[in-house]
Formats: sequence, structure tokens, C-alpha cells
Amino acid sequence: MAYLKKSPWIMHYDASSCNGCDIEVLACLTPMYDVERFGIINTGNPKHADILVITGSVNEQNIEVVKNLYNQMPEPKAVIAVGICATSGCVFRECYNVMGGIDKVIPVDVYVPGCAARPESIIDGVVTALGILEKKKAEHKKAQKERKNAGEKK
Amino acid sequence: MNTEQILSALAYVIFAPILGGLVAGIDRKITAKMQGRVGPPLLQPFYDVLKLFEKEKVVVSRSQNFYVLTYLVFMAFTGALSYSGGDILLVIFALTLAHVFLVLGAYSVNSPYSYLGAERELIQIMLFEPIIILTAAGMYMVSKLTIEGGSFRVWDIATLTTPVILYLPGLFLAFIYVLNVKLRKSPFDLSTSHHAHQELVKGVTTEFSGSTLGRIEIAHWYETVLLMGFIYLFFGYNPLIAVAAIIIIYLFEILVDNTFSRFKWPLAMKSAWMIALILGLVNLCALYYVKGGSL
Repeated sequence: MAYLKKSPWIMHYDASSCNGCDIEVLACLTPMYDVERFGIINTGNPKHADILVITGSVNEQNIEVVKNLYNQMPEPKAVIAVGICATSGCVFRECYNVMGGIDKVIPVDVYVPGCAARPESIIDGVVTALGILEKKKAEHKKAQKERKNAGEKK
Repeated sequence: MNTEQILSALAYVIFAPILGGLVAGIDRKITAKMQGRVGPPLLQPFYDVLKLFEKEKVVVSRSQNFYVLTYLVFMAFTGALSYSGGDILLVIFALTLAHVFLVLGAYSVNSPYSYLGAERELIQIMLFEPIIILTAAGMYMVSKLTIEGGSFRVWDIATLTTPVILYLPGLFLAFIYVLNVKLRKSPFDLSTSHHAHQELVKGVTTEFSGSTLGRIEIAHWYETVLLMGFIYLFFGYNPLIAVAAIIIIYLFEILVDNTFSRFKWPLAMKSAWMIALILGLVNLCALYYVKGGSL
């Protein structure tokens, strides 16, 4: 059954964002937008999260943090880059310490451009990610089965 | 044990998670309404847990999931013992043991947030323990009024014809005060909280993921129903009033959850013990003196 779609827990990480997109992410939780309607919970723990929401362009200092958070999340998982900085690095992409978009560091599934991204488009991004999560779940199961079969053959 | 007791224990083990999950769903809905939001669907807690069972298991230490399984089993056992009318002292000890297993699980992994949560969970056990033991003692004293020699059995206390609440009002208030410790609600959501990302990450449950986290959630549903049973004991003389009291008190706890911020542990500790000491002990002493030698 597709329970993954009904209860996506997100984790939000600020990879050197200007706080504009962060505030828009938090705005999604307010009574105005109330994403808990869709079962979306903002959790602070990568081990409980299904979707990683990253704002801002990654810089040299937080590459390790972003990778660490991503690796700690249990499968199936999806990554959403929120805001134009997270998508491409925007005006900061030429900076000596900026890597560019999040996809330079970890695989990104959904891009939500905008400066700052509107709460509506963030919610839309999460909903898009839900479909991707379902696909990833099927892939993950398949991979697990293959691993199991390979183990049995040995 | 007779068949009736075995049946009620079985009914608890099967239906308590369903009831507990529904209560959690209603709770989230009411909380959302209090905050001016629409809130998640009623069955959201079930979706959450079923989803958790679909997720990958990430294990840090081999023993951690075993401890959580033991936590769940003991929580179900505690409730079954209580709902089958067993000894209330044994129920309290089994409840503590269940929580000790959760603490051990949190200590078995190497994470500072998990440790912090485990320490705070121990503090929460210390907060709750004196009051619930005094409650058991109080109920025993009340049962002495009608039962020769008194009784610690839940079944005997639940079927007392004397209104326990009128004899133990202080203990009842003290019990209500610390109830949010076990419901994991503000102001006592010290060890794990939905709202303390910066402070705790997720406290005692930080290192548990996937189905293990789902088991912790189910254990919590068991516990919710068990605590409702405890409230029932105060109103056992009239089941209708008892059910009404359970609903009102749960709504009150949701209101408290939404109006209070998290206490620091010294304040939580001091206030809970002061209230236990003042309301609880004074209640017991007063009962002893008023009833004279009959107790």
C-alpha cells in the first residue's frame, strides 16, 4: 500500500541560504498553508525523514553536513532543492567558496526555483516528490530482492 | 485467572492500539483546531506507523531494536495485566520496567541526543513514579472501607461502589498534573518532542527509524489506553461519569499541551514532587485521620 504518500516527513536543512526560503518553508507549517493536512511533518531528525528539503547554495563548509544528513536518511528518500540558490547557486555560483546547486553534492529529485520560493510552489514540490518516493520504493524493494537472491546463490 | 480476565486481557492487546491510534488522531485534529489549522486526517497516526513499517531499517547497534521490542511487549503486558484486573502494584512495576527498556535502547546507541533523551526519560520516570505509587496506596486505603483487609487488585478497585474520587481528590489532581509526562505532552515533553528539533533532535527516539520507531509509537498507544484505565479507577462507581471524566481530562491535557512551553527539568522535577508531596501525602494523611482506626 502507498502509505508513504500519506505521511511524508520532511527535514529542512539550510545550506547557507539567506533565510528567505527558510522562512517560506516554515510558512508552509502555519495555519495559512497547514501542510499537516497532507500528513507532512517537519522533523528535525534525518533518521525519521522521508524528504530532505534543502535551501541555499552549498558551500565548502557544509558539504560534509549535507552528505551526512543524506546518508543518514533511511530508504526510500527524496531530496528537494528549494529556491534558486539550491537549484543552481544563482548569483553566488561564482563565489570562491560556493559549490553551486545542491546537485553538485547529492542527487536532487525535485527543483523548486524562486527567490524566495513561494509556499505554494514548495508544497507543489513536495507533492511531486511523493510520486518519486513511490518509484524509489519499488526500486529499493527490487534491489533488496536481488541482493537477497545473490546472497542465497552464494 | 478466569476466562473473563483472559478475554479482557486479549481484548486489550488487540483493541488498545486501535483505540490509542484513534485517540492520537483525534488529538492531532483538536490540536490543529486550537491552532486555527485544518489538521491531518483522523487516521493519520495509522498512516504514519504503516509508512514507518515500509521504510528501510537503519540499525546503529544490534541490541537497540531488541530493547524496543521488549518495550512494546512489556507495555502490552502492563496494560493486559491492568485490564484483566491484576495487582495494581505489579502494573506500576511493569510500566516502569517497560520504560527502562526504552531508556536502555536509547543508551545502547552512541549518540549524544539519544543519551540526552535517555537521561530525561529517567527524570520523567522519577517524576511520575511517586504519584502513581501514592495513587495505588490511596486506592488501597479506599478499598479498605468496603473490602475486608483492602485490595490492590485493579478489578476490585474498579468495581468499588464508593466514589474513589471523593476520597482521593488531592491525589487525583496530582495524577492529572503529571499525566502529561506519560502522554509526552508539554510542559513535560522533555525526553522526546515533536517541537524540540534544536534542543533534542528527537531525544530518546533519535536513533530509531523505520519499523522500530513504529513499534515505539504503538507502545505509546498502548500506554495511552492504560492511563485512561487509571483515570477510570477514580470513577469506577459510575462508568458513565468515568468515561466522561476520561474525555474531559484528555481534552484538558491537550489544552495544557497547547498553552504551555516545555519546562526545564529542575522545574518539572520540583513542581511534580512538590505537588505529589503536598496534594498526595496530605490527601492520604487526611484520609487516615478522618477515617480513624478503620483504615
